Amino acid sequence: MISRVGFARTFQFLSMFRDGLICTISLSALTVVFGFVLALILAVMRLSNLRPMYFLAFEKDGRLREQGFLAALARFRPLNFIATVYVEVFRATPLLVQLFIIYYIVFAPIALPTFKLFGFIRFERFLPGVVALAMNSGAYLSEIIRAGIQSIDGGQTEAARSLGMSQMQNMRFIILPQAVKNILPAIANEFVTIIKESSVCYTIGVQEIMYAVSSVKGATFSIGEPLIVATLVYFCLTFPTSKIIAYFERKMSSGDRRTGPAKTNRKVQALLDEHSRKAMRSMK
Amino acid sequence: MAATEKLIEVKNLKKHYNKGTIKALDGVSVDINRGDVMVVIGPSGSGKSTLLRSLNLLEEPTDGEIIFDGVDITKKKYKSMDDATGRPVMVKVSIDEHRQKMGMVFQHFNLFPHKTIIENMILAPVQVLNMPQDEAVDKALKLLRRVGLADRAAAYPIQLSGGQKQRIAIVRALMMEPSVMLFDEPTSALDPEMVGEVLEVMKELANEGMTMVVVTHEMGFAREVGNRVLFMADGKLVEEGTPEAIFDHPQHPRLQDFLSKVL
Repeated sequence: MISRVGFARTFQFLSMFRDGLICTISLSALTVVFGFVLALILAVMRLSNLRPMYFLAFEKDGRLREQGFLAALARFRPLNFIATVYVEVFRATPLLVQLFIIYYIVFAPIALPTFKLFGFIRFERFLPGVVALAMNSGAYLSEIIRAGIQSIDGGQTEAARSLGMSQMQNMRFIILPQAVKNILPAIANEFVTIIKESSVCYTIGVQEIMYAVSSVKGATFSIGEPLIVATLVYFCLTFPTSKIIAYFERKMSSGDRRTGPAKTNRKVQALLDEHSRKAMRSMK
Repeated sequence: MAATEKLIEVKNLKKHYNKGTIKALDGVSVDINRGDVMVVIGPSGSGKSTLLRSLNLLEEPTDGEIIFDGVDITKKKYKSMDDATGRPVMVKVSIDEHRQKMGMVFQHFNLFPHKTIIENMILAPVQVLNMPQDEAVDKALKLLRRVGLADRAAAYPIQLSGGQKQRIAIVRALMMEPSVMLFDEPTSALDPEMVGEVLEVMKELANEGMTMVVVTHEMGFAREVGNRVLFMADGKLVEEGTPEAIFDHPQHPRLQDFLSKVL
């Protein structure tokens, strides 16, 4: 049962929770970075229009084939296919299974260096944990990013391209700024999920918060108190994360408001101000 | 400048959808000369917008040629004389470069909502043409003054009315100094009282000698400003002529029928 004595005993091992917290933060942070990079690559692959066999679509006289096996083959998009299979497999299987496969099978023949991060995190267990979490969250994040890009009205791309911008410039200046704004709530949700799900890495011996719980349980013979501490630690991690992202969301939504000050790029605004000053002077 | 200098040559342009079951364009050929104000009219679904959007390859044509400034932009490469050796070489067609020379105005304005008016206007000149930012701002303000919107430079598109948005869209395209302007039903999404202000800007452009292709339902504009009118139906060019010929002496029964409904 939960008691004051139990808490007193648990608090003797607070340094274990501190280590667990450091480990969970590094695990989640690395997962976010690698997962996001992977997700961007996957999203671009899914949206890519690369058709290496497109030459099959043309008949000898240069006319476009519209029907038949060759036309279907010509439309085949391998990058899209690979990314779709990846995303579907990783979303349809449990994270725990993926973690075990990566730790016990994929990394089994690889002799990882056995040094300790921050003096206590065992790298040979930590790295497979990061890889598994990043591969899993990459699949989810890529779907969020893809949906975000596709949610932008096609007219935006048409306008950008009709002004002579390249596909890259269109993505960078027009689509991604709007897409990121739209998907920030979903991304915040996914980041919070990553922090919470990093707890499964305890099963392969990564010394994160749940590992601390189990160690403290072994030392104090009580489970309730360490769990309550762990709950609080997780909450203190996830709650600010979602709040910080909500702040950026508000900051980016200035173009949606009809009232309130518009924020032009500072340099451009300075040029505008100079013009209005000149106009005032010439009126005098 | 010769009055009949060809700017765009469209040859037997076809656009099929759904594996050829829908023929949005079914072999359209037309020449657009420098200084033309060509108005395209026709019932909805007749392929007018598809024709316009094909001109800068927002729609990829199924078949046919679009020769713009002497280059067939529907092909990936074109033959050109090498300056140094005088021998013909294959040069890649850069569609981005061709699009810079074709300004486009859309039915739904398509301003960039996350950027202020001035940013909307200077983005492409600065990024694509590497124009210095202060020069771009000067130019943008000059254009904004012309359409009477200089005081809105720091506003977001959502803070403007439809007519104002469309005027911004026009000057945004003009920032690139295009040699032809394409208008895709520019007044169809506007409240009736705002149509006039947009048509006024377009009329001014036409009077300055800008080459324009305008898809529109504004028959008054077609008659007054256009020097050529095309009538399209079912993906085909049915009748072409001066506004007087088209509106006062229509020949084809499809055109007569169409005019009886809209006039």
